[in-house]
Parts: sequence; C-alpha cells; structure tokens
Amino acid sequence: MTFLAHLINGVSLGSIYAIIALGYTMVYGIAKMLNFAHGDVIMIGCYVVFTTMSGMNLHPLLAVVLSVVVCTVLGIVIEKVAYKPLRKASPLAVLITAIGVSYLLQNLALLIFGAASKSFSSIVTLPPLKLAGGKLPISSVTIVTVIACLVIMAGLMIFIKKTKAGQAMLAVSEDKEAAQLMGVNVNGTISLTFAIGSGLAAIAGVLLCSAYPTLTPYTGSMPGIKAFTAAVFGGIGSIPGAFIGGILLGIIEILGRAYISSQLSDAIVFAVLILVLLIKPTGILGKPIHEKV
Amino acid sequence: MKKTDFKKMKETTKNQLITYAMVVIVYIIAQIMTATGSLSSLMQGLLVPLCIYSIVAIGLNLCVGYLGELSLGHAGFMCVGAFSSAFFTRCMEDSALPEGLRFFFAIVIGILAAALFGFLIGIPVLRLRGDYLAIVTLAFGEIIKNVVNVLYIGRDAEGFHFSMKDTLSLNMAEDGDIIINGAKGITGTPHQSTFTIGVILILISLFVVFNLVNSRSGRAIMAIRDNRIAAESVGINITKFKLMAFTISAAIAGAGGVLYAHNLAALTALPDNFGYNMSIMLLVFVVLGGMGSFRGSIISAVLLTMLPELLRGLSDYRMLIYAIVLIAMMLFNWAPKAIEWREQHSLKDFIKAKRTKGVQ
Repeated sequence: MTFLAHLINGVSLGSIYAIIALGYTMVYGIAKMLNFAHGDVIMIGCYVVFTTMSGMNLHPLLAVVLSVVVCTVLGIVIEKVAYKPLRKASPLAVLITAIGVSYLLQNLALLIFGAASKSFSSIVTLPPLKLAGGKLPISSVTIVTVIACLVIMAGLMIFIKKTKAGQAMLAVSEDKEAAQLMGVNVNGTISLTFAIGSGLAAIAGVLLCSAYPTLTPYTGSMPGIKAFTAAVFGGIGSIPGAFIGGILLGIIEILGRAYISSQLSDAIVFAVLILVLLIKPTGILGKPIHEKV
Repeated sequence: MKKTDFKKMKETTKNQLITYAMVVIVYIIAQIMTATGSLSSLMQGLLVPLCIYSIVAIGLNLCVGYLGELSLGHAGFMCVGAFSSAFFTRCMEDSALPEGLRFFFAIVIGILAAALFGFLIGIPVLRLRGDYLAIVTLAFGEIIKNVVNVLYIGRDAEGFHFSMKDTLSLNMAEDGDIIINGAKGITGTPHQSTFTIGVILILISLFVVFNLVNSRSGRAIMAIRDNRIAAESVGINITKFKLMAFTISAAIAGAGGVLYAHNLAALTALPDNFGYNMSIMLLVFVVLGGMGSFRGSIISAVLLTMLPELLRGLSDYRMLIYAIVLIAMMLFNWAPKAIEWREQHSLKDFIKAKRTKGVQ
C-alpha cells in the first residue's frame, strides 16, 4: 500500500514536471533555445497568486487566471526584449541572455517580496479522496494536478493538429524561412509559443506550490532544471515526450527518495537520465538526427 | 645576437605574449597596491577567487570555444579537484613533507583526479551532441555534488573507513579522525592558496591551452568542431581528440578547484559553489569573454567576479543591476543590429578617417 501511495505521489509530482516540460519543449521546438528563465516565470506566477490571494482576498480561481495572464504577458515581453534581437545570433548567446533574464526575475522577486520564504496556502481545499477503506488517501491537489496535466496535454495536441496557429507552429519549428515564404507570421508564432509556454508555467507553479507550500525567489529554479531534464528525457521538441518524461521523472524521484536515499534522489534521477540518453541519444520519443553529408 | 622584432612576429605568438603580459602586469600592480596598502581588505580577499574563476574559465573555454561542446558540468570537475586535494592535504597533515611540497602534490592530485573524471565522463558523454550533451554534463555535475554530500570518510589506527550513510556507520575507533563529513564537508584545510600561486597556475593553464590549440592536435580539435564529418573523412580520430580536449579542460577546472579548497577553512559542496549555478556562471564568463579567446575569458571572469563587489554600495540592487548589465552586454555584443551599428560607428574607423583627412 505504501508503494502505491509513493507511486501516486510520483505521478502527481511528475504531472507538474510534465506541465513545465511542455512549455520548455514547445519553446525549444520553435525557437531552438533553452529558456533558462522558464523556471523563474513559474516562481513569478506563484507570487502573483500568493499576493492576490492573501493580500487582496481574491477567489483562488480568479487569482490563478490573473497569474496566467501576468505570466503570459511576461513571457511575451521577455521574448520581445531579450530574445528577439538575438534571433540570428549564436544559440549560446541566447542561452546566456536567458540566464541573465533568470537572474533578473529572481532578483526582482527578491527585492519585491524579500528572501524569507512564504507559506503558500493550497488553492484546492477539497477533502482528500480515500481509497481502499481510508488506507490510501489521495489529496485533492494530486487529483487536480493529474487532471490538469492530462487536459493541458490533450488541449495542446488538439491545438497543434487542428488549428491554423498550431500548424503554423509546426511549420516554423520545421523551417523558419520556408514558413515565412508560405505566408506564416513567424514573429507572431514565436510570441504565441512563448505566451502559451509561460501561461502553462503559471499553472504549473500554482500546482507546485499547492503541493509543496514554500515559496522563495528560488522556488522555480530546481523544478525548471528538472522539467528541462524531463523534456530531454522524453525527446525534446515532442509534446507526448515531455509528458512521458515528466511523469517518469516524478515517479523515479519519489521512489528513489522513499526506497534508496532521500539525499541521493536527485542523483538517481540524473543517473537514469544519463542511462536513457546513452541508449537512446535523442530521448524516448525523440526523432533520430539525420545527417546530410 | 638576433633581435626579436615585435612587428614581424606571427599574429598568434603576439596574441599569446599580450595575454601573458596582461596577467603579469595585473599581478605586479596588485602586488604593489597590496604592499602600499591601497587595496581594501575586500579586494584582497577577492584576489584568489579571481584566479580560481579565471583558471576554470580558461578550461571551460577550451571545451566550449575549441571543442565546440557546451558543458554545464564544469563545477563538478572543480568539485572533484577541490575534494580530492583537500582530502590529500588532510591526510598528509602529520607527514614530514614540507608544506610547500605538500601543496604542490595536492595540486597535482587535484588535477589528476579531475582529469580522470573528465576522461571517464567524457567517454559516454561525447557520443551525444548539442543540447543532449549539455544536459548530460549538467547531470554528471549534479551527481558529483550529491554524492560528495553523502560521502563519509574517516581514518583511525586501523586505516580508512568509508560510508555513504552517516558518521556512526563508519565504525571508527575513539581516536578516529573524520576527514570527509558528509554535507559538512572537509574542515581544517590549511589556507595555502595565495595570489602568487593562483597567478602561476593561470600562466601554466594558459601555456597548456595555447600550446594545445596551436599544435597538430589543436587543429584536429578545431576541425572536429567546424565539421565533424569532414574531419572524420580526412582520418582524424574524433573520439581521441574530443576526449583529449575534454580531459584537459576538466583537469584545468580541477586546478581551480584545488585553489578553491585551500582558500577556505571549511569546504562543502553546496549548490552555489559546485552546483549547476556555478557551471552556468562559468559559461557566462566564457561566452561573454568570447568563445575561443582565453584572454577574453580571464577579463570577463575578473570583471564579472568584481562587479557584484563593486556594486556593494547599492546593496539590494546589486544583483539586479548585475543581471541587467549581463543582458545588455549580451544584446550589445551579439545582436545582429547592434553589430551593424557598431560597425558603422566604430572608433577605429573614426580615427582612421581623421588621419587620412590630416594627410591630404
């Protein structure tokens, strides 16, 4: 029974990673850049929910919507100011700029909210679901997280397959110049991708802080790296890959913490990642790289 | 006697000499300022860290700039160098070796340990490419940091005891000495890193990398970076040269780690000093200084390490300003529009235009 409980915890944590990883993977697919500031957008989203809920007594749902809006705008602004001027520059330059943006967001939060950790009150206040005669309680946050993750993934896949904007995203990620020649608004599409990714980050942040209720300016940093790992794990650029990678990573982390060593759980996660990449160098669902000579 | 003519020298030789000279001149100025007491104690405390970051940035630049592989795990190699050398120093505390020689051996051991890890990690990692390689180096760096945090090694009359759980499971005798104490790290390392040794290590690192990149092997490494398939088809052994560059790069990072370990009384592996944050910081030094330019790496490592300290007067705002400066410098350096603007308004052209006017 404890194993099952750990497994459920793992799926819950994994769902959060998966939502963050979806944002990572979309941005990577389109802009071909590692957006290191993604984790910090999560943190900003959490602070927005925290201040509006505890400071202004806003309804949790309204606070979440507000947070998604703020993060979406933030994502677009970051892209326009910091990444767009570097679109034709070396990918490493963009990477370093992203690191700069990450520092900027962390220190802004540090200035505004202070270094002391805030205790985040969960946005989901329903009673836990009790399975197996009360022996296996599943917290309502877990259920909401898993459902949110599934809905978001399904929504994204439909969006990309069925809508014009989604098709434009695919086209841009395949070949920017060709897409432009076909009349796709490349800049608009990239902005849209950042907007969606950042909006998802806000949702992931709220769920993360509902499950692990301490909020500091550095809250987003480690989950950001983990989600990036999850995205690579599943094959970066692939949406189902990000989902699978996220869930697996969450399960490995929780089981590792429970059964092997709590201090080594991160090391175990990374060791599994290394093994997977050595066997399948482009991740679980990644496309093999074809080389033209 | 043959007179050396500076103007007739090869461009690369000239460049190297300028870099060596720059380091030596800065060293002399810093020494004079310390002797006359015009250097604040804060800046004096920064001298060794400046050397540490310069050395590691040189090592990482070899990997990023010349091998063309993005490593996010160099803090891990620093960690290996730091802990192996500090372990050696602590073990040799009571030996008859003179202190200077002991530190020399500590440096050698730190470098060798980091090189060994670089070699072992390089074998699997270098099969991957691009971002996948970056994430795996990051993973190895984090694993090293995590494992060091649960490592317990003690010594008593019977010999060494080793555990990965806690100090009790070491089963040591009463008089035993715990050398590596898990998350508390190694304490009691003597403060042996000096500015002079740091500068000597910088010069040695520069000598190694300059000679490497201008050798046959160096050209092979750059050929792999520029076009792997073409390099392979002319018979360059890709694995060998990639491993060579990666190992040397790790070894240099290890040397930085040794200095780090012997600059602090208590050595611990925290996310801030040996985690991915540090690896990213090192990468910032390299990219900002210019990939492939060792002189640039040193300059940017020095400037970026000093910047937060110089901004200390601004207290809370200093890291914010640091971030803004970083973003602004990247945009100014790399954005195609900014490059165009700089070319149009370049100072060199301006001076040249003035001169030609004067001649006419």
